[in-house]
Amino acid sequence: MRRLGAIIVSAMLPVAASVAFADELVKFAVVDDNEIRESLTGKPGNPEEGRKAAANRGLGNCLACHVMPIKEDLQGDVGPDLKGVASRLKESELRLRLVNPKLLNPQTAMPAFYRTDGLNRVRKDMEGKPILTAAQIEDIVAYLLTLKE
Amino acid sequence: MRRPSHIAFALTLAVAGGAAFAQAQSEKDAKYRVGDKYTGYTYADPTTQSMQDDDYVNPGFLWVQEGEKLWSAAEGAAGKSCADCHGKAQESMKAVGALYPKWQEKIGKLENVEQRINQCRADNMKAEPWKWESPALLAMTAYVQLQSRGQPVDVAVEGPVKPHLQNGERLFYMRHGQLDLSCANCHEDNDGKWMRGDHLGQAMANGFPTYRLKEQTLISLQFRLIGCVRDTRAEAYPYGSDEYLDLELYLAHRGKGLPVEAPSVRR
Ligand code: HEC
Ligand code: HEC
Ligand code: HEC
Repeated sequence: MRRLGAIIVSAMLPVAASVAFADELVKFAVVDDNEIRESLTGKPGNPEEGRKAAANRGLGNCLACHVMPIKEDLQGDVGPDLKGVASRLKESELRLRLVNPKLLNPQTAMPAFYRTDGLNRVRKDMEGKPILTAAQIEDIVAYLLTLKE
Repeated sequence: MRRPSHIAFALTLAVAGGAAFAQAQSEKDAKYRVGDKYTGYTYADPTTQSMQDDDYVNPGFLWVQEGEKLWSAAEGAAGKSCADCHGKAQESMKAVGALYPKWQEKIGKLENVEQRINQCRADNMKAEPWKWESPALLAMTAYVQLQSRGQPVDVAVEGPVKPHLQNGERLFYMRHGQLDLSCANCHEDNDGKWMRGDHLGQAMANGFPTYRLKEQTLISLQFRLIGCVRDTRAEAYPYGSDEYLDLELYLAHRGKGLPVEAPSVRR
């Protein structure tokens, strides 16, 4: 089954209107409810930038909930240890889990890092903005792909 | 609800030969557990716990002392002090705080302790209400709550209060903010786990006002709720909003039977 992300709707708007939305998300396709196969930026990310974005409290802040092989004292255990995650999951699966893990588990505590709909009372200055940009998602995917066992 | 992991730690110590310590530790904790309800005390590190245990060391008692002074200070156009009407706080305020937030028939509204104190200032003393989070309001709240220390939390939830309880429960499970997290995501689903440097507990409200080591000051429950909502990158609700009052009620009811431990000490 091939399902298009909600964002595809924007492609149907007149070109002039879609240009007006600076914060609009890149469209993406979800495959088998488990994968996003194409890079959101059309190119591979930078793993070194991804490692930084994953640790940064204002960006991915993945360490709040995950242990990762990064030198940082404080790491959380709300989610699984991500050591070796690339041996368990392939690129397209990692991308979906970053973009919107709720497609797999609606109850999960893990935020959807690339979604702007269906949220409550988002802080005014963050309204309409995803937690991470498409480029940051790709950087983190590239970094996660280096975590092989 | 999951057991905090340091219980496991205590058991490990027992095996290693620290049986006496582990025993003492779990006896101390026992006061702060009722069935599967655990107060924030049981998640705190031993240094923080011993700070709370000793009234001479607990920084919250600086506010208590201030509250005690304010109790007998006449203020406002009526020229009255709390003591003029209520006598000794140890008697008149005993166990009062354990029943809050409480429905006030006269104004048809749910009130927390801070609001009840301010109502007395306005109505009975003809004095200006103290501002939220002002040193005086924190001091008086700490003094009043201390008179309930050890008393089981027991808020009334029937009648006109019921819809407030239901709304509080709804808010507890509602996801907030850009991070899309509910109170339950952190305080129920992940109770006992670590979120970076924070040991997630059950969000029990029995220790407020709390001396917060991070803030180096006493904080109200409202302040804590504002912080928790803000951490989800949501627009916080304002002090004294219906949302926080209903949440206070729900938290208190969730922790029914736990002893009031104000002023508590937390990281
Ligand atoms: C608020 C907590 C939280 C944050 C923040 C968080 N995660 Fe997660 N993550 C989880 C949980 C919980 C799971 C377990 C899956 C579930 O709940 O369905 C998970 C699962 C995952 C998985 C799947 C792992 C597996 O073995 O199946 C990956 C990959 C992942 N997270 C990556 C990340 C990355 C990268 C970040 C930062 C950009 C991040 N997470 C931030 C909570 C979080
Ligand atoms: C992102 C995770 C997170 C969310 C979501 C969250 N909190 Fe918290 N909360 C914390 C942390 C961390 C602490 C400090 C450690 C502890 O006591 O759990 C805390 C502490 C508390 C405390 C103080 C407990 C004590 O013993 O002093 C209360 C009460 C509380 N939270 C209520 C709430 C309520 C109500 C909500 C929902 C509106 C909420 N929290 C949402 C992380 C969260
Ligand atoms: C002029 C008299 C008067 C003064 C002064 C006064 N109060 Fe009151 N207070 C009352 C009355 C009357 C009630 C209602 C008693 C009742 O509900 O049984 C009350 C109720 C309360 C309650 C709620 C008790 C309960 O059982 O729920 C609190 C708390 C309280 N006062 C605190 C204070 C504080 C703190 C001060 C000083 C800042 C103060 N009061 C000053 C007369 C006064």
